[in-house]
Amino acid sequence: QKVSVEVLAHLEHLALVDFRDLEGVERLQKAIQFADQLHEVNTDGVEPMDSVLEDRWCLYLREDDVTEGNCIKELMENAREKVEEYFVAPPG
Amino acid sequence: AAMKDGLRSQVSAALKEGRVTPTELCQRCLALIKSTRFLNAYITVAEETALKQAEESEERYKRGQPLGILDGIPIAVKDNFNTAGIETTCASNMLKGYISPYNATVVQKLLDHGAVLLGKTNLDEFAMGSGSTDGVFGPVRNPWSYSKQYKEKSVPKSHSEDEESDWVITGGSSGGSAAAVSSFTCFAALGSDTGGSTRNPAAHCGVVGLKPTYGLISRHGLIPLVNSMDVPGILTRCVDDAAVLLGSLAGHDPKDSTTIQDDFKPFELPNLTDVSKLSVGIPKEYHAPGLSSDILALWSKAADLFRNAGAKVVEVSLPHTCYSIVCYHVLCTAEVASNMARFDGLEYGHRSDMKDSTESMYAATRREGFNDVVRGRILSGNYFLLKQNYEKYFVKAQKVRRLIANDFVKVFRSGVDILLTPTTLSDAAPYTEFIQEDNRTRSTQDDILTQAANMAGLPAISVPTALSERGLPVGLQFIGRSFQEKQLLTVAKWFEKQVQFPVIQLEEVKRHDSGVFQHQKSASFS
Repeated sequence: QKVSVEVLAHLEHLALVDFRDLEGVERLQKAIQFADQLHEVNTDGVEPMDSVLEDRWCLYLREDDVTEGNCIKELMENAREKVEEYFVAPPG
Repeated sequence: AAMKDGLRSQVSAALKEGRVTPTELCQRCLALIKSTRFLNAYITVAEETALKQAEESEERYKRGQPLGILDGIPIAVKDNFNTAGIETTCASNMLKGYISPYNATVVQKLLDHGAVLLGKTNLDEFAMGSGSTDGVFGPVRNPWSYSKQYKEKSVPKSHSEDEESDWVITGGSSGGSAAAVSSFTCFAALGSDTGGSTRNPAAHCGVVGLKPTYGLISRHGLIPLVNSMDVPGILTRCVDDAAVLLGSLAGHDPKDSTTIQDDFKPFELPNLTDVSKLSVGIPKEYHAPGLSSDILALWSKAADLFRNAGAKVVEVSLPHTCYSIVCYHVLCTAEVASNMARFDGLEYGHRSDMKDSTESMYAATRREGFNDVVRGRILSGNYFLLKQNYEKYFVKAQKVRRLIANDFVKVFRSGVDILLTPTTLSDAAPYTEFIQEDNRTRSTQDDILTQAANMAGLPAISVPTALSERGLPVGLQFIGRSFQEKQLLTVAKWFEKQVQFPVIQLEEVKRHDSGVFQHQKSASFS
């Protein structure tokens, strides 16, 4: 099945990246076709895997202590448009 | 042959005894970088800071207080690691001119050990690719293209075209790092590995490429591609050096919550002599379609090598191997869609002049900043993450991932200690041939033997084994159990000793512009 025009537009809006041309759309079609091979695999009763470290349970929350910061100047250095301590975006 | 002895046994002693100084090493590497510029391995050369670091190292050696084996050692870092005060581009227009405000943890660790950071190496844009041909700074050339070994075997085309059109790719995406190590411009380099990006170019460039267990080395400061698979990779000229690098990099990082909390103890590799207690598994599915006959022969020869030395060599099965690439395709594009969302032109990186609205500025910035490969993956990823597709593609892929990971668990539980497989399907392709297929097709083909280790988070290493019929390097891969790097590297080191991979014999290359490539003997110091 081909991807509908509505979905293509929706994707461009979500991704904030455009397909640019027919080649871009075809690339997506091929990618979907390729991914469809997944459905050949029987995954009944299989849990999705988020992380290979799930057994070790290493994802943790640390204490809410301030350990670093006060680096506004460094963080602003790479921004092209700024005013005082604000990043500037076009209105609208 | 001296270059093979490596950091621990050769270089460190020479530095301590004053037979060579850190500044001499640094200067020689910088000179070699200049004369091998045509390889396009480096994006940025940090000459001033490197020399300063070398001088500081020299002071420490004079005082008799070097920081360790890595003190004064010139290294290179792939350009997707943040390096404070040095441009970090990811070979993309999106980050041209971006000066990192901080060091990635692995970079900081190397500097804390006294290493000398020579520069940032070239890659495929945002590490997406298997050729190191798709970055904005152009492709990286494999140093072996200019080796006596390759030239002897190749049929010369018209005389004037000889060096220009014949060159072969490095593989990718850490091609710059692999080329840098292979051409002696540094002693070790950092790469990254998400689907094989360290092991693939290592195999093509005749160097050692280590992919550590996921969670062993911090990813803080490594510009992410796939958070659940990315790892920093290590490229060196011998296995022992990889162990040295690993020792300085591994361990918990409070800034990366996906690093394990266990204590890591750096280790020296024993000189294994008896492999009779070792069980080596040969996964039959890795005899993949398209595997070249010379690599198949080398793989078989390697299995015999272990068998004849008394090891137990058994055929095993990893039945879901063939789905690994499809699974990767979905999970990778999904995570990429998320990770690339941060590039909007506001806080850093390229910003479009478009002023109509915030959204149009974002869209224009991303259109201008990303190449087709990156944009294609973002769009695909967003497709798979759409509400109507989420279960069908993303969650499905996560389930298949578990099946792939379980395949390995079953095999290792059956008594196998280590797996032996090829790293790539063939030796390095000529650039002109490689670019005839698009990036996604190539990645699909080339990642097939390396990708599953990333899915399962397992450690894997590519060891240079022999030269192909075309005179180019071929590497074989060992895959180990989670966090069993010591065993993995010990076996790899034994294998390396058995195969005695030849040293690259780089020829003089007369260039139109300048820079005669000096015979590599000048880069050794023994």
